Amino acid sequence: MSGLIECRDLVKTYTMGDQTVRALDGVSLDIAPGDYVAIMGASGSGKSTLMNLMGALDRPTSGSLRIAGEELAGLDADRLAAFRNRTIGFVFQQFNLLPRTSALENAALPLVYAGVAPAERRQRALARLEQVGLGERTDHHPSQLSGGQQQRVAIARALVNDPKILLADEPTGALDSQTSDDIMGIFDTLNREGITIILVTHEQEVADHARRQIVFRDGQILEDRS
Amino acid sequence: MNLLSSLRVALIALRVNALRSALAMLGVIIGVASVIVLVSISEGTKRAVEEQIASFGANLLIIRPGSSMFGGRRGGAGTADPLTDGDVQAIRNEIAGLAGVSGEVSSASTVVFGGVNWSTRIQGVNPDYFSARGWTIADGRAFSGAEETSGRRYALVGQTIITELFDGADPLGQSIRIGGQPFEVIGTLARKGETSWGQDQDDVIFAPLNTVRQRFGAGIQVTRRDAVQTVYADIAPGESTSRVIADIQDLLRIRREIAPGAEDDFNVGSLAEFIRARNETESQLGLLLAVGAGIVLLVGGIGIMNIMLVSVTERTREIGLRLAVGAKRRDVRNQFLIESIVLCLIGGLAGLVAGVGGTLVYAEVGQLEIVIDPMIVGIAIGASAMVGVFFGLYPAHRASRLDPIEALRFE
Repeated sequence: MSGLIECRDLVKTYTMGDQTVRALDGVSLDIAPGDYVAIMGASGSGKSTLMNLMGALDRPTSGSLRIAGEELAGLDADRLAAFRNRTIGFVFQQFNLLPRTSALENAALPLVYAGVAPAERRQRALARLEQVGLGERTDHHPSQLSGGQQQRVAIARALVNDPKILLADEPTGALDSQTSDDIMGIFDTLNREGITIILVTHEQEVADHARRQIVFRDGQILEDRS
Repeated sequence: MNLLSSLRVALIALRVNALRSALAMLGVIIGVASVIVLVSISEGTKRAVEEQIASFGANLLIIRPGSSMFGGRRGGAGTADPLTDGDVQAIRNEIAGLAGVSGEVSSASTVVFGGVNWSTRIQGVNPDYFSARGWTIADGRAFSGAEETSGRRYALVGQTIITELFDGADPLGQSIRIGGQPFEVIGTLARKGETSWGQDQDDVIFAPLNTVRQRFGAGIQVTRRDAVQTVYADIAPGESTSRVIADIQDLLRIRREIAPGAEDDFNVGSLAEFIRARNETESQLGLLLAVGAGIVLLVGGIGIMNIMLVSVTERTREIGLRLAVGAKRRDVRNQFLIESIVLCLIGGLAGLVAGVGGTLVYAEVGQLEIVIDPMIVGIAIGASAMVGVFFGLYPAHRASRLDPIEALRFE
């Protein structure tokens, strides 16, 4: 086994009142380095739960989850935070940029928690903003940027720490179709350059950018096609 | 995340809601300001008291005859047998730990020099009196013990006498007439100013005790030729006041043949303790005010906590994002704690300015002595930082315990 992500019998249950919901019901899955994966499924299918686990935002109820050779199942909150910081880049549907904070500072945020010095933070954030085509407006606040530009800042932020995996949760969900194409174009380029990308989406059009599509239903893999 | 970046983030967050931040600070501002006004005024009062005590003689005991008993009827204060030269001698010789002992008799009289006359107090004292009561000889000299016993007509004059009688000219060696009798001025006394109740302490002439008693006996109303009205005993530095008082009481009870179990017919009092006791009431008032200031700070702190809780809730998504990109729990906690401390420190500094201003206004309007101690800067910073930490801890802790997934989903 040489997967970048190795899931073995992953189970995640939630307790809602007196009911126990099995959001993930024994999922085993490998994702190779450099892969471009779309995870699909209706809401409640378990795709978001898997996304949260693979993003090291949550811990499985049982089973094993190894990412980049590290077992996440037993890590505490702070170790998970450190792991996210150096391994995962997140892109969210709602961008989640800090308001009243410049594009440059937003893009540099993960470096703050990595303990990188201010001068280097600035330099690395600038490079990533240029990479996503936003070299001009680095001192603008999110409210002065279009949706597409905001998502570019968010992608620059996801990339700034040189992560192994880019996790994008409905990255085009809040964008018009033209801008969506531009953003997906950025993801395509990034994947060609070697970064592993995992997209969570319910849009087939977006999923078609990926090389591998995994469809979830009722907490289990329904379909896994390359 | 280092301190500097945390500070910047905190300042940005506070500036975004400038008005809200200012209102939240108000409690801390008022609290710190009232603490500072309080400290300055109570320090001022304390200094005034100490100055008063020092001007009387810092460790002075006053011994006076008490009330007498006539078949069950008690007379007023001072009606018991007077103290005598013998008592003064005995106290001087037998009580350990005294720097000086002096009797005093006092008489009102008219003083004449050239064509000018002035009514003043003539006080007959022993040479120890000057150091015991904190008088400094400005010019000339005091009289000696021998000159006192032999009844020399020497006088030492206060500054008011120099102004009123000599029109500011040098009185040394001049002959003045006190109650019609010639006295030679051998010394002048340094200015002491007014007592707290407005008596001019410098309007006085000192002469040897024996001289005053012999020459003005009628004005003094004493029943014995060797009587003194008051005895002053100056306790040496480092000696126990209560021990000296007890020793003097024991000595005088024997000398005055008071039966065991009977009440003293004399009083031994400490002026410093009397003045301090009088100021006890004032310091209790100060305590009450301090409690008030503490309550204002407490309320201010609750305001800070409230606004920090609002801030945490408002910025739940921001917290979620920070956690997602790698913030540790302590990073989030410190961020909000620093924000709370910064909020309080700004309030504290504003309170410092308001407090110093308020104190100055109070001193101007109330004509009261104040002491603005540099220490209040420490108080302002210390008190506000403490409020910031104490009331910021819970909101900061709450922020740091948020679940990143829940926080990111928060609307």
